[in-house]
Amino acid sequence: MKAINIIPLFVIIPLAAAFLTSLVGRLIRRSSEVIIFITSLALLGSSLYARVLLNSVPGKILVYKIGGWMPPFGICMVMDGLSSFMLVTVNLIAFFVAVYSLSYMNQYTDKPKFFTLFSLMVCGMNGVIITGDLFNLYVFLEIASIASYALVAFGTEAEELEASFKYAIMGSVASAFIFIGIAFLYSFTSTLNMADMARILAYKQNAWVIPFVGVLFLMGFGLKSALVPFHAWLPDAHPSAPASISAMLSGVLIKTLGVYALIRVFFNIIGSTHGYLTVLMFLGVISMLVAVVLALSQWDLKRLLAYHSISQIGYVVLGIGLGTPLGVLGGLFHLFNHSVFKSLLFLNSGSVDYAAGTRDLKETGGLGKLMPVTAKTNLVASMAIAGIPPFNGFFSKAIIIIACLQKGFTGYAICAVIGSILTLASFMKVQKFVFLGEIKDKLKNIKEVPFAMLFSVVCLAIICVLGGLMLLPSLRFFLDDAVSVVLKGTSYAGVVLEAASRQ
Amino acid sequence: MTLYFLCLMLFCVGLYGVLRKRNIIKMIVGLGIMEYAMNLFFVLLGYRFHGRAPIDAKYQDILNMVDPLPQALVLTSIVIGLAVTALIISIAIRIYEKYGTFDITKIKKLKG
Repeated sequence: MKAINIIPLFVIIPLAAAFLTSLVGRLIRRSSEVIIFITSLALLGSSLYARVLLNSVPGKILVYKIGGWMPPFGICMVMDGLSSFMLVTVNLIAFFVAVYSLSYMNQYTDKPKFFTLFSLMVCGMNGVIITGDLFNLYVFLEIASIASYALVAFGTEAEELEASFKYAIMGSVASAFIFIGIAFLYSFTSTLNMADMARILAYKQNAWVIPFVGVLFLMGFGLKSALVPFHAWLPDAHPSAPASISAMLSGVLIKTLGVYALIRVFFNIIGSTHGYLTVLMFLGVISMLVAVVLALSQWDLKRLLAYHSISQIGYVVLGIGLGTPLGVLGGLFHLFNHSVFKSLLFLNSGSVDYAAGTRDLKETGGLGKLMPVTAKTNLVASMAIAGIPPFNGFFSKAIIIIACLQKGFTGYAICAVIGSILTLASFMKVQKFVFLGEIKDKLKNIKEVPFAMLFSVVCLAIICVLGGLMLLPSLRFFLDDAVSVVLKGTSYAGVVLEAASRQ
Repeated sequence: MTLYFLCLMLFCVGLYGVLRKRNIIKMIVGLGIMEYAMNLFFVLLGYRFHGRAPIDAKYQDILNMVDPLPQALVLTSIVIGLAVTALIISIAIRIYEKYGTFDITKIKKLKG
């Protein structure tokens, strides 16, 4: 098998899994669980293999031409440092969430349908990451979004349906804006291939279309990534989903559909100007502060975590908006770290819900003695998200703050520190009310959760502890390649087209 | 130009429906109108006056042809719109079963 043929597998494997689970899941007992375990393991393996493979390719880029059509005409799939970084992140989280769901979803009916939707969501996200065609990106974005609307409503209780309705309406409006943006870009450049589009836009400067399209995309992808003026749907939608899906939504979906797509469009296609970067930084800082203040007053564990997702996305967008090598490095590193510790926190909240039957902070207490593993992993994740030194969150936040100071944005750096302190405060509240203190009478008999759930949270906690090691020189290539793609900007076009003609 | 303007009007009608209506079915209809407007807009971009389909045939010179790519893309977009509409309507039906109303101001168990 030629090395390049691994690229379409990231879409084919989850799509096949979705088909198989819906087909045989009802007929053969537990078949859907076996299928989902094998496919998510295969996806994780192939994403890591692809990352290693990329090091041996000249230019560190692989272009797969679907049907053999050369890029400006056909659809191509592009795997560069940034795509590969995102693929590893998504498939890592997807694997642990899938393992967790094997036990956790026992309390819901109809597991095969759940796994079908789950695979479709992973398929959509992998497709968004790997595609090199703007309309194809829209199609995959819609696949992931529709699957997530259905997954939010999976419990079919009143609150879940309401949240799903809200999410679906907001998501559809966002998709409409993205679609119109793509239509404008198509009419302006007569191409849909991202690389070709960037090439044509490079010598068609100073058109009124570009800022207009930029605003449309900012609204669309901003809604998908829940930056603060567009965040209203997230605190409803993420807590209402089953805990494993909350972990996927907060951990990777908002980053893939929102932040990754923003980076691709603004840095690699349109080209990052000073104006866009200023807007991105401003939105980042606003999200960081507003969401963390709102989070402080929450008493529902998952709702609190959802507000923190908005706040941490603010850090990521601030880092990327700085546009300096150090800032982008910090932003992308925080993106990876946040997907690890936020999915860990959501999985822990699911464990508390599973064991104690409630996630209201006022009703829990003293669970630390009864659920030692959950309590310890939650402590690790809380310290990581608050930025306490040996954990991964500290390194990425420190890099972002240093990058802010380096570029002279002292105010933004101070805001980032304040946000971090408030995050620490709200997670101390979680520790105090859930895991410390006296055990309530009716919670005396709860037990630790099953093995599959523990396995996922322990592995994620280990990644949280060791995450800082990614900054070591021998492992830096994982982040550095992603950063170099972002910084290359619109010369992405030349690299992709040249690689396409060569491979 | 008039056509594009009418297209924008249609989009705004849809957006008004989504943002201002209290009945969730009317919101879904508004979403549908928005989708039609954007599909129409995309097809319009590829349209040429007095153009014909770009099918090659003997003894015919194609001088003025419409762009077929937006039409193919809009077909995809219509299918996506159908999927979203079907999903949202089924959610709306379940909401009616739970709450007994279509009024968005009475459906608020979540804090927002």
